Amino acid sequence: MWGKLSWNAIPLHEPLPLVSAAVVLVVMLALMVWVVARGHLPYLWHEWITSVDHKRIGVMYIVLAMVMLLRGFSDALLMRAQQAVAMNAPGFLPPEHFNQIFSAHGTLMILFVAMPFVIGLMNFVVPLQLGARDVAFPTLNSVGFWLTASGALLINISLVVGEFARTGWLPYPPLSELRYSPGVGVDYYLWALQISGVGTLLAGVNLVTTVLKVRAPGMSYLRMPMFCWTSLAANLLVIAAFPILTATLAMLLLDRYLGFHFFTNDGGGNMMMFMNLIWAWGHPEVYIVILPAFGIYSEIAATFSGKPLFGYRSMVVATMAICIISFMVWLHHFFTMGAGPGVNTAFGIASMVIAVPTGVKLFNWLFTMYGGRVRFDTPMLWTLGFMVTFAIGGMTGVLHAVPPADFVLHNSLFLVAHFHNVLIGGVLFGAFAGYAYWFPKAFGFRLHEGLGKAAFWFWIIGFYVAFMPLYGLGLMGMTRRMQHYDVPQWQPWLQVAALGALLIAIGIALQVAQLVWSVRHREALRDRTGDPWNGRSLEWSVPSPPPSFNFAVLPEVHELDAYWALKQQAIARGSLPPQTDCVDIHMPRNSPVGFICAFFASVIGFALIWHIWWLALAGLACAYFTFVVFAWRDEHEAPVAAATVARIDEANRSARRDALAHLRPIA
Amino acid sequence: MRTLSKALAGGLGALSLLPLAGCQPALLAPRGPVGAAEKTILIDSMIIMLVIVVPTIVATLAFAWWFRAGNKRARYRPTWHFSGSIELVVWSIPVMVILLLGGVTWIGSHQLDPAKPLGSAHPALNIQVVSLDWKWLFIYPDQHVAAVNELVVPAGVPLHFSLTSASVMNAFFVPQLGSMIYTMNGMRTQLNLQADEPGTFHGLSGHLSGDGFSDMHFEVRALPAAQFTAWLDSARSGGKALDGTSYRALMHQGIEPQPLLYGAVEPGLFEHILTQRIPPAPGPEAQAKAR
Repeated sequence: MWGKLSWNAIPLHEPLPLVSAAVVLVVMLALMVWVVARGHLPYLWHEWITSVDHKRIGVMYIVLAMVMLLRGFSDALLMRAQQAVAMNAPGFLPPEHFNQIFSAHGTLMILFVAMPFVIGLMNFVVPLQLGARDVAFPTLNSVGFWLTASGALLINISLVVGEFARTGWLPYPPLSELRYSPGVGVDYYLWALQISGVGTLLAGVNLVTTVLKVRAPGMSYLRMPMFCWTSLAANLLVIAAFPILTATLAMLLLDRYLGFHFFTNDGGGNMMMFMNLIWAWGHPEVYIVILPAFGIYSEIAATFSGKPLFGYRSMVVATMAICIISFMVWLHHFFTMGAGPGVNTAFGIASMVIAVPTGVKLFNWLFTMYGGRVRFDTPMLWTLGFMVTFAIGGMTGVLHAVPPADFVLHNSLFLVAHFHNVLIGGVLFGAFAGYAYWFPKAFGFRLHEGLGKAAFWFWIIGFYVAFMPLYGLGLMGMTRRMQHYDVPQWQPWLQVAALGALLIAIGIALQVAQLVWSVRHREALRDRTGDPWNGRSLEWSVPSPPPSFNFAVLPEVHELDAYWALKQQAIARGSLPPQTDCVDIHMPRNSPVGFICAFFASVIGFALIWHIWWLALAGLACAYFTFVVFAWRDEHEAPVAAATVARIDEANRSARRDALAHLRPIA
Repeated sequence: MRTLSKALAGGLGALSLLPLAGCQPALLAPRGPVGAAEKTILIDSMIIMLVIVVPTIVATLAFAWWFRAGNKRARYRPTWHFSGSIELVVWSIPVMVILLLGGVTWIGSHQLDPAKPLGSAHPALNIQVVSLDWKWLFIYPDQHVAAVNELVVPAGVPLHFSLTSASVMNAFFVPQLGSMIYTMNGMRTQLNLQADEPGTFHGLSGHLSGDGFSDMHFEVRALPAAQFTAWLDSARSGGKALDGTSYRALMHQGIEPQPLLYGAVEPGLFEHILTQRIPPAPGPEAQAKAR
């Protein structure tokens, strides 16, 4: 009846995961009770859970990413603490638990923090920057988000029911095959990624279609803000790469569930096939998360320098070059497999070639500041911190691309330091920069600057204290994923690294405090103009938070930095452009289909993990039925009355008129 | 900004001090020709890149500071966004660096191909390596001895390793001698290394292989020729034989806290493992059932 599931699946003998899970459960229950008791449930259901508004979905993606960041970071603290004490000692985490923690840390941070964070920002910003009312497929957008959330849910269930994979964030066979990992851990990993992977693919299709087909009149490709370009490139990569992930994991699932031999030791399987396939997805994947971050830095560097982005066309070329070359370098993840020098040289040089467009980007941000009036608000601090940190991370990355150097650095802590250098210093700083930059747009009030800046300093100093020692440890010959070790020289450096993790923990605490403080004092931080940073692109032309339809009247775009140009004209003229008549706007209706499908997807995933076949079939039938019901809907749009649109437009215009009085033409 | 530059200086300072602290890092204190060549490539590539990276970091901080909003002396150019000559420079600098590094890569990859013999006058010593759950087996096929979790080699003699795995993937790594290489069941990889002088080095696993992964480290003892011969003799007289039966016992999951020595090895054992005539090691469940 219940497959492999029994009471033994709950790790009663392991207090650590049980206590942490209990705390999470209690918090979640308390939150739910509070929501229901205060009568917020209908609001949540109508305004958020069933919303197909790209802005709401974007915010929900980011909330998911932030919650998962807390979980992934507690894993990081546990690992740093374990390695700091495990010199000739077992430490406090047994190997079977330690291995789950680093596997969960990597999986969560890449797929449920970095991915939802950047997808959330793209979702929120891209349609606004393009001058569009929504993404191309709003309901699909909701389905994509909820499927991602479903994957995250499954991974977190594994904390309490059963176990998570002990195979690393990429489950290399044969270790991940049934013979060597008979437990449910790898199955949790596989089904969570299959479900969320479909969600990500849907988001990718949606955003590419949006950029290609849903732009304001006059918004030609070369008038799109840089962030739209990098979003386009990243989502093209999603479309090309995620099917590879799905196929690869499907093959591993066939091995594990139906006795196939794709990657097994015997029966003609080949584990290197998995490695090639997983990195054919995995390498583009890192560009999927870094490219949108590059776009964020481009927007911020231009805005806070009060200047257009330097070398825009060069940046477009560089972005698309990275997009294409990133598919030709996957083999550099396993130079040590013993391929011949020809293969290694080809992939080594291809990997270095990516450094060219990336270097160009860095120089262009540099020259964006040149001749500017640089303001050091929080988003700009993250950007500067990124430029410095990423230069170092890029350098150590190119070092790994030199095969003979990689022969001694591969799988060492030097490698761990390198990819945290680019993922924290590149992706996460970008996500935080974007969060600080667009938060006032999403909610109509700013975040507290002082706490934001303090968080930045703890993050960046914490990063250097935590990861510079790991570079050193790599040079000292320490390989990654060690639960304990017996080389005394390593220990002091691991202790310093643990200290760095604590500094980062303070940074995170400050970010939480910043959010709480800002929400409580939102009236004092209110931004009425809708343009708190003196922005350049169209998202700053609409009210904060933007109405569901974004633009009362779709803007006409005549040049790059469309809103900047409008502002300059208004300043020169001394008045806003004349008001255009508003008409009824038809917006897509809310739909619970994404939430319901994801609910059944979670049920299917859980049932398959535990071999509860009848439940999986039932879940599948219900999910299918949900789609049929959705397909038969009669009305899929609802009008917003012209009078409402006009009222919102007038409020926005009056705020801008007030702001205009204080603006001076630029000398 | 001042704090930023301070933090940066601190970070870079810590990085540059690292090699000086304590004993020398293993990769910077190689004890063989392969490790030495890789160290050279590592440092050369780093220097080539630092020539660009350091000025870039300095320029980032300098531009941000000089063009700060409050600086009246900095000229504001609100519409300046293109310069053909700067574009030319920013594209050509990385291209030139990559051309240079590409050359280093081309030559280095060919010279340091793990499968390439070291080109010594001395004939190479063959050693067969099998990664097990969770120990390392070293077979000396020509000397008919074997050891577990201890690798004893003659100093100054080229070593030719043939490697495979009894179960899951792994990576064989002796940082002070150089190149790491994967071990895979049903496949053979090759690696050529040499220890120039007698000494003791740390060897370890470079690829997660399960719960006992962290215990898969071993000592590499490079001995003078005479002592190596003496070690072989003592191993041979030591007793136990490694045959199909004792290998199957070794194959089961578990750690081996003390090194083991085998005075005789069944001929062709490595080939039997490689060709799966001896099937891949059982996992935890099959093992539990067998008991």
